[in-house]
Amino acid sequence: MNQTTSSPLQRGFWEATGGRRGIGAWIFSTDHKRIGLLYFYSTLLFFCVGALLGLALRLELFSPGADFFTPQQYNALFTLHGVVMIFLFIIPGIPAAFGNLVMPIQIGAEDVAFPRLNLLSWWLYAIGAILALTSLFTAGGAPDTGWTFYVPFSVRTTTNVSLATVAVFIIGFSGILTGLNFLVTIHRMRAPGMTWWRIPLFTWSLYATAWVQVLATPVLGITVLLIFAERIVGSGLFDPTRGGDPIMYQHLFWIYSHPAVYIMILPGMGVITDIIPVFARKPVFGYKAIAISSLAIAGAGSVVWAHHMTTSGMSDTAVLVFSLLTFLVAIPSAVKVFNWVATLYKGSISLDPPLLFALSFIFLFSIGGLTGLVLGAAATDVHVHDTYFVVGHFHFVMFGGTGFAYIAAMHYWLPKIYGRMYNRKAAVWGWALMTFGFIVLYMSMMIVGMEGMPRRYYDYLPKFTFWNQLSTIGSWILACGLIVIFVNIFRGLFRGKPAGDNPWGGASLEWQTSSPPPLENFDYEPEVTHGPYDFKRGCP
Amino acid sequence: MSETTHAEHPKDYSGAKLGMWLFLFTEVLLFGGLFILYAVYLQRYPEGFKLGGDQLNVWFGGGNTLVLLTSSLSVAMAITALQRGRVRQAANLVGVTVIMALWFLVNKFFEWSAKIHHGIYPSSGHLKEMPGGEQVFFNIYYLTTGLHGIHVLVGMFVMTWVLILIRKGKVNPDDYVTLENAGLYWHLVDLIWIFIFPLYYLIL
Repeated sequence: MNQTTSSPLQRGFWEATGGRRGIGAWIFSTDHKRIGLLYFYSTLLFFCVGALLGLALRLELFSPGADFFTPQQYNALFTLHGVVMIFLFIIPGIPAAFGNLVMPIQIGAEDVAFPRLNLLSWWLYAIGAILALTSLFTAGGAPDTGWTFYVPFSVRTTTNVSLATVAVFIIGFSGILTGLNFLVTIHRMRAPGMTWWRIPLFTWSLYATAWVQVLATPVLGITVLLIFAERIVGSGLFDPTRGGDPIMYQHLFWIYSHPAVYIMILPGMGVITDIIPVFARKPVFGYKAIAISSLAIAGAGSVVWAHHMTTSGMSDTAVLVFSLLTFLVAIPSAVKVFNWVATLYKGSISLDPPLLFALSFIFLFSIGGLTGLVLGAAATDVHVHDTYFVVGHFHFVMFGGTGFAYIAAMHYWLPKIYGRMYNRKAAVWGWALMTFGFIVLYMSMMIVGMEGMPRRYYDYLPKFTFWNQLSTIGSWILACGLIVIFVNIFRGLFRGKPAGDNPWGGASLEWQTSSPPPLENFDYEPEVTHGPYDFKRGCP
Repeated sequence: MSETTHAEHPKDYSGAKLGMWLFLFTEVLLFGGLFILYAVYLQRYPEGFKLGGDQLNVWFGGGNTLVLLTSSLSVAMAITALQRGRVRQAANLVGVTVIMALWFLVNKFFEWSAKIHHGIYPSSGHLKEMPGGEQVFFNIYYLTTGLHGIHVLVGMFVMTWVLILIRKGKVNPDDYVTLENAGLYWHLVDLIWIFIFPLYYLIL
């Protein structure tokens, strides 16, 4: 069953170009693996763009006063960093890239339910990305509102917010279609024997994510359309002088954008859940609890949006209710963390790169989650609202969480897709640099935020200099780590040794087919007789 | 292993309909944002909303309600006709739906034109002089009916496309899920109007 490919590599789906040549074999292909790779490289590109913008922000903040950029440029930089990282990298990052690459194989399907719709999703994403980039250089220049597009500033600013909102709308539509496609795929395309309780937990997390994508994104759609209408036809629905209410904008925006952080984190948790049992050589602890906690996070996460608005002037009752609901999200999140740790307990652990990134995830995400409780409690939130503490917390969850999961997924699944292995020692070095740089970078932000430094400011008081400089140095270490990681992994994928069909000893279906997988994923119709973490029966 | 193998797989009709239903959920939530705004502002300006509602023409709104309900009937009949193998009748009924959609839009055009002629439209000087409640009412009215109008327009194109598919025989008594899905979409467009009509035209 497990014949490793020692002879010249099989090329699997890489050879099935569908009769098209060059780039056409990619951008017109409906193969989920090719679309997954399209998404992977586009999201990776935007991750690098966003990271460079972040480095530029840190560089400006290295010392007080004006250093490299004007205040207007700084505003554009942080807006762009937010928009690129959130809408172009982190939201599509794991679900659209790794979800497309792996999910159909995990459930034993030969493709997603609507392959052409899948291709359309990527095209919409690409068009949205191009429009977002166009908005930087046309009609008034780069938006300077922050990624949240808060009124009244987003309606009054002369920068090109209108085009940016159209771009966000189109990218949102792309996300909806991916979510819809995944839901139907998971419901309808599972292989014989792949019951609901045998679905790998990465796919379970994608299932929960897809529901949030389908149900929450339309609200973002109408919200940015309203901004667009305010700017173009002057509808004034958020303008107090015309009877409107700006807080209604914040409600509508966060009704989507808070669930959106679960679109970002849930697939990351799914990646970690799939990695840990494989490298602990032990079935995952509490399979059903983890699957249900994904759904619980998706559900509870949809009713906590107004905790972003504690200081907005809404009623105290609302503040308290949303604060309580926010605490509830901690329960399913903690269920996951404890189950991961319990899976590792008494496991036969092999410290390979994917597991190292997963361990960093648990550590960093736990800090991010616990500082989230500080922000969830209304009293402390008023104190640290709009300070660097929030920025630190957010990056611990999103970058320490989803970002590390994305890189863990690269180390875990890309050898399957490419059929080649990277240098494991270099990957460990990259991991160490990245984790260390990360902690220096963002822990400093939390401390300086506690001391009162507001976020989004171009300048700061001299007393904040030390922590800001430390943070900027951390950003350089982190960048070095990323360079080591990317150089190593891509050298490996293109020139490394053959990885074999099952380099990690996984028991889920993607490890039972060849590396790289053939066009429709399996040479035979798979039949599932055991769970995804049953290592005794799964990998003889 | 070429891409032609895809064609050998049977079509998954339940999957196609499941996908359509999920898409309809997203449409409901898209309009949901506007209905939330309506609810909050109605609670804040009950007087202004009543005064605004009085200025809308119930005959236009009521007439359009009838037009849309009839078109929903015709598309439902088209599906039944196709199921029973009456291809020509089905095509005619889809054609009726397209004409009804056009009729709705023409009505809407005259209704909007009259209002705009009276100086009531977003950012008009006349509207800005009105009290806050009425301003908000008309702004939401234009946004909601505008977004709905776009959906009617899209539905009209979808129905025309399905009509062509029926004529070409690609949608036929053995394979009519495309017509069913287009019908589902059309019913939703109708249903949203059923909520818009009383909320804006019949408000007390």
